[in-house]
Amino acid sequence: MNQENTTDYDVLVIGGGNAALSAAITAREQGASVLLLECAPKHFRGGNSRHTRNMRLAHETQFEPYTGAYPAEEMWNNYIKATGGAANLDLAKMVIYDSASVLDWMKDHGVRFQPAITGTLHLSRTNAWFMGGGKAMINALYRSAEKLGVHIRYNAEVVGLDVQDGHFRSASVLMDGRTTEKIAAKAVVVAAGGFQSNPEWLRKAWGPVADNFLIRGTPYDTGTLLKILLDLGAEPIGDPTQAHMVPIDARSPKFDGGIVTRLDCVTLGIVVNKYGERFYDEGEDFWPMRYAIWGRLVAQQEDQISYVFIDSKTLDKFMPSVFPPIEGHSIAEVAEQFGLPVDKVKATVAAYNQAVQPGKFDHTIQDDCKTSGLTPPKTHWALRIDEPPFYGYPLRPGLTFTYFGLTVDKRGTVMMKGGKPAGNIYAAGEIMAGNILPKGYIGGVGLVIGNIFGRAAGAEAAGFAKNGGAQHRNSIVKEGRNNGGE
Amino acid sequence: MAVNNLISDGQDMMRICNSCRYCEGFCAVWRAMEYRRDFPAGDLNYLANLCHDCSECYYACQYAPPHEWAINAPLTFAKIRGRSYEQYAWPGALASAFRANGLVVSLISALALIVFMFAVVQIKGSSALKTSVSGGNFYQVASHETLIVIFGIVGLFSALAVGIGLLRFCRDIGEQVSDLLKPSVLTTALKEVLRLEYLDGGGWGCTYPGDESSQWRRWFHHFTFYGFLLCFAATTLGAIYHYVFGWHAPHGFTSLPVVLGTLGGLGLLIGPVGLLALKLRRNRDITDESQWGMDTAFLVLLFLASATGLLLLVLRETTAMGMLMVIHLGIVMALFLTLPYGKFVHGIYRTTAIVKYALERKRKQTIGV
Repeated sequence: MNQENTTDYDVLVIGGGNAALSAAITAREQGASVLLLECAPKHFRGGNSRHTRNMRLAHETQFEPYTGAYPAEEMWNNYIKATGGAANLDLAKMVIYDSASVLDWMKDHGVRFQPAITGTLHLSRTNAWFMGGGKAMINALYRSAEKLGVHIRYNAEVVGLDVQDGHFRSASVLMDGRTTEKIAAKAVVVAAGGFQSNPEWLRKAWGPVADNFLIRGTPYDTGTLLKILLDLGAEPIGDPTQAHMVPIDARSPKFDGGIVTRLDCVTLGIVVNKYGERFYDEGEDFWPMRYAIWGRLVAQQEDQISYVFIDSKTLDKFMPSVFPPIEGHSIAEVAEQFGLPVDKVKATVAAYNQAVQPGKFDHTIQDDCKTSGLTPPKTHWALRIDEPPFYGYPLRPGLTFTYFGLTVDKRGTVMMKGGKPAGNIYAAGEIMAGNILPKGYIGGVGLVIGNIFGRAAGAEAAGFAKNGGAQHRNSIVKEGRNNGGE
Repeated sequence: MAVNNLISDGQDMMRICNSCRYCEGFCAVWRAMEYRRDFPAGDLNYLANLCHDCSECYYACQYAPPHEWAINAPLTFAKIRGRSYEQYAWPGALASAFRANGLVVSLISALALIVFMFAVVQIKGSSALKTSVSGGNFYQVASHETLIVIFGIVGLFSALAVGIGLLRFCRDIGEQVSDLLKPSVLTTALKEVLRLEYLDGGGWGCTYPGDESSQWRRWFHHFTFYGFLLCFAATTLGAIYHYVFGWHAPHGFTSLPVVLGTLGGLGLLIGPVGLLALKLRRNRDITDESQWGMDTAFLVLLFLASATGLLLLVLRETTAMGMLMVIHLGIVMALFLTLPYGKFVHGIYRTTAIVKYALERKRKQTIGV
């Protein structure tokens, strides 16, 4: 039985991660009454933010928690190199040039940062690391939101929106999987993530190969809100097959394996597909620069599986991962355990070993250890794989988040088909990250998009609720830019 | 008790934690973990004793229950730690005393010892139990010599038992005592011990008893620890007065031993009550309930020893003095006897673990340079 409970709020925030909290806190601080709906139970709140660890933030000088300066211009160049740039570069500029303001905003809302000591990815010059990781960050933001008086409901799944002529009226919310409530608000911020946890949608985009993808994060990002808004005439952006995808251990759970399933040994060994053949230069660049490419490379192999081989020389030169390696006294023994064509793998390793040129191995620089006359080549860190015992890990594509989403403007307003902005519907976070990330990724930028657009959308939604759509262009994000010092 | 399961659970957990490392900013445990790839039982015992049970890592953990991996580091470490106390106990036959050392047992022991002290006093034929003694001279209840003999035996036994436990711990975690006693290492470690560095959370405190950070546990522990130290100092000073200067107790209210003892006693009233109040409100999901008895018994005995001691001081010129004296001595003796088989040993092993952590950092630096 449907229960009709009309509760009025100024601003309704749909989603429970970093972007949603940034929006809810900002709207509340501007005086709006705010309800935040998280579809997950409290233990699993926070969406993918729960699995994050750091944010890439521009800073013109060195100060804690960074080990050095990282000018916005350098971050901009990194972004362009990794992604090729987006169609609407204004939004990307806003994210990168406003990113300097994020650190103080987070600190002001109780988020703690780790002093720059032991960065496991060597990112501490460019990235600020949360003390305790993303879940600790999320806990702090929830506490801050609660103290400010944001109302929060868990197990609250939005199943429908009442939108008329681009104007949001109310949401139908399934509470605890039992009763449906209708919640009206003057404006809505949708920060409900991508669709990477929706197997049917992935299959529609990628074909049956998608069944072999593992989902690194929350199982709650099913894209329900994205689909509802697209059906209501919102303008989509991006390619549904583009995503943040990295190679992870094939033995990982289908969902929620998080950080510990990643494997950082690709640059130290060779990678073969199910036919025992190499297919890409494993030593092209430093791993943090290349891990996002490798997810896609593995996805393009048959059966979406690959195998990395290393030997005992390099076993302790990368971060330990959660599953122990497959071990053997010969390459053949390891290949056999994987069910690979043994002779082919032996031949591939032999050809590689023969092509390795003498050099001085140094994993901290792009060293001169490379192959000669091999296709594809390995251009750095090429060491012979010849010291038993030998080790192998199976790799599968691990999907972090999808980029296909809603087109927005600089205020986070959702654009409707035909170029007209929606009246009072705003979006933030992964659901609109495709505006900035057409493809490729640089580590730690997803949370920045969530915070910058969360704050912009929260401010706009609160302003709309107060003035009924009058001019309210002084979002705090823009103030942040003025103070940030470009 | 399934010792092997406990160790293999710990090893499974460490494999996940060591590939995650999100907690490395919180405390020494996670940084010490990063020095390792394998976790034999001795290393797990070291890490478990290094853990201050603050719970920050539990609330921050993306793999905490109900995640299928159900990582619960404070609880896993608490269980390993509790079992390690039994492993190091001397004599071994008394190891099970840790599990039996509940509040009721401790109170019954205290009562038995009160009766015992009462009997001693009766046999000695003192009349001071019924009448007041001028100047509050409690040596009229039990002579200085009697007390020295009884408490000397108990004290020496406890010190021996704690000392042997400590040596067993050092051997288990693979350290030579001489390495742990290096002055540079000791100074680093003692600073961290004395200011409870790993309950400070970089100024935020720790998530205890609930999920919000606060300094309360650190402060109440300071009251307890420094209260204990002040009482110890008062007793030592009393002995020096007695043997070196021939100044015999009871001393005046403004004398140094009495002032130190009074301050320490106040600490031992405030600290244990505070810690107990926090403990009662602690999140049960991360508490090893089997150690509840051991933990509360120690706090209650500390409180009672202090309360009866302070009462004795205030009422030492009344007829109640004799009886109070007997009760106080019984409780103090119960406290002494249970020291090697109760919560007290956490201080010994944790301090040693912090010293080892200082040593490991030093070794790392030496290799790194």
